[in-house]
Amino acid sequence: MTLLTLKATVLSIVLLALALAAWSFATQPKEGQPPGGRVPGPAKVFVHAATELTDPFYDNGPNDKGIGIQLAYSIGRVLAGYCLAALLAIPIGFVIGMSPLWRKALDPFIQVLKPISPLAWMPLALYIIKDSITSSIFVIFICSIWPMLLNTAFGVAAVRKDYVNVARTLELGRLRTAFSVILPAAAPTIFTGMRISIGISWLVIVAAEMLVGGTGIGYYVWNEWNNLNLNSVIFSILMIGLIGMLLDLSLARLSRLVQYAD
Amino acid sequence: MTPFLQIENLSRSFPGPRRKDPPTTIFQEVNFSVEKGEFLCIIGHSGCGKSTILNILAGLDEATDGQVLMEGREISGPSLQRGVIFQNHSLLPWRSALRNISFAVQARHRDWTRQKVLDHCLEYVRMVGLTGTENRKPSQLSGGMRQRVGIARAFAIQPKLLLMDEPFGALDALTRGNIQDELLGICEKTDQTVFMITHDVDEAILLSDRILLMSNGPDARIAEVVEVNLPRPRARAELIKLRAYYAIRNHLVEFLIHRSRDFREHPPEDFDPKAPPVFSPGLSLNAFPPIPIGGIP
Repeated sequence: MTLLTLKATVLSIVLLALALAAWSFATQPKEGQPPGGRVPGPAKVFVHAATELTDPFYDNGPNDKGIGIQLAYSIGRVLAGYCLAALLAIPIGFVIGMSPLWRKALDPFIQVLKPISPLAWMPLALYIIKDSITSSIFVIFICSIWPMLLNTAFGVAAVRKDYVNVARTLELGRLRTAFSVILPAAAPTIFTGMRISIGISWLVIVAAEMLVGGTGIGYYVWNEWNNLNLNSVIFSILMIGLIGMLLDLSLARLSRLVQYAD
Repeated sequence: MTPFLQIENLSRSFPGPRRKDPPTTIFQEVNFSVEKGEFLCIIGHSGCGKSTILNILAGLDEATDGQVLMEGREISGPSLQRGVIFQNHSLLPWRSALRNISFAVQARHRDWTRQKVLDHCLEYVRMVGLTGTENRKPSQLSGGMRQRVGIARAFAIQPKLLLMDEPFGALDALTRGNIQDELLGICEKTDQTVFMITHDVDEAILLSDRILLMSNGPDARIAEVVEVNLPRPRARAELIKLRAYYAIRNHLVEFLIHRSRDFREHPPEDFDPKAPPVFSPGLSLNAFPPIPIGGIP
């Protein structure tokens, strides 16, 4: 470990301790306040977290499932919507990047569709699809498509002309040029888009599940709020952050496979 | 007999910056030919369209007027018969040196087995002296080594015509000298036909049989052709002892300093773009005894 890493680690621990102390101090019981109506302190939340995490996959009916099951539902939806989006966004982005005609023709649609909040699609999705789960997958699909589409298009359009010229002088066909030259050259940029998309998907799934209900971490948070179980609310907030970090890390790890030094 | 490569009346113009502006002609009425096994260099100041000519020969650019015939047939588009060594090596950075070469070899010989491709590539890796470093990525190679990979890649597909666009421009003088010597050896061994752009007068004399001199652009032309009548095989250390070497060198330098600039305003009265004047500045001096070590007295 380098000295910098060591210092940073120590500093992180100090900051964590300060934050926990502040949290603990702010949630101390005050004189004349009823004991129930307080935000729980760190100790209580961690005790709760420990019990939840010892049995994360229990299932006692629709309103009482373990955090692991809820997270698994959410991750499943995110991955389903995300993969569908990737299947569509990367080929279309490729075409847009390769062809100025398609770029110009599709640009107005992209510009209008991109800024629409993914949740605004929810009522329409529910009406057309008539299934809440599929609708939330659709919302993930629609929110994760844009960063992948635009990054792929940008990455493909920015491939150095020299690389394409190498392919041309070797008489490679369009398809072989696309797969053996342009795709690897643009891959790092495409992966940047994929990484942005997975982050956005994880942000959106919580809100989507709060709307559609049933299962998932978003539903879980809202349900625990309705139960006024703030221990669970804080615990699940922390878990959402943790899973989001893991999703990002795994894509960062994947994108290292296609990185190259110029 | 028709020459191996014939360039007839080639010109290239680009549209002006605004629509009503007249087009800018980079070069015009360019005529020359290349014989099989010949090493031809082209020298001129920046902006005279050397690279554009090379790109047209490669099939990567199109002429506004004129045509290029290779073995009597007009060229259209890029071809594996014409290999290109780019100025900035243009290796694919995600592939190792060896895999950059095999990428080209596989494109050339689609029916070859993996083993045959590998053996063929390794032979060219050895030829440019990169054995042992063939599995490194371009970013892990020095500038000179990268350019060697580029040379190996171009030679490995055994093109009929090799086009080089200032291949050593980005290298330091010592590395450049080494690679020039290697290239000289390889070309003399393989009898490769080469068309090369350079800014370096000494490089041009060392390598070429003939040198085309271009006047300054726009409206550039091939103003002169210089024959390099120096014996082969050549070695840098021996060449610099010849008076003829300096005669050629002085002719080229004088052209680049004065005549290339003055050509547009004051072209020679009898100038014929179809047959630009040919000079052999070294010929009359070739009989002279070599200069003794220590330089010209």
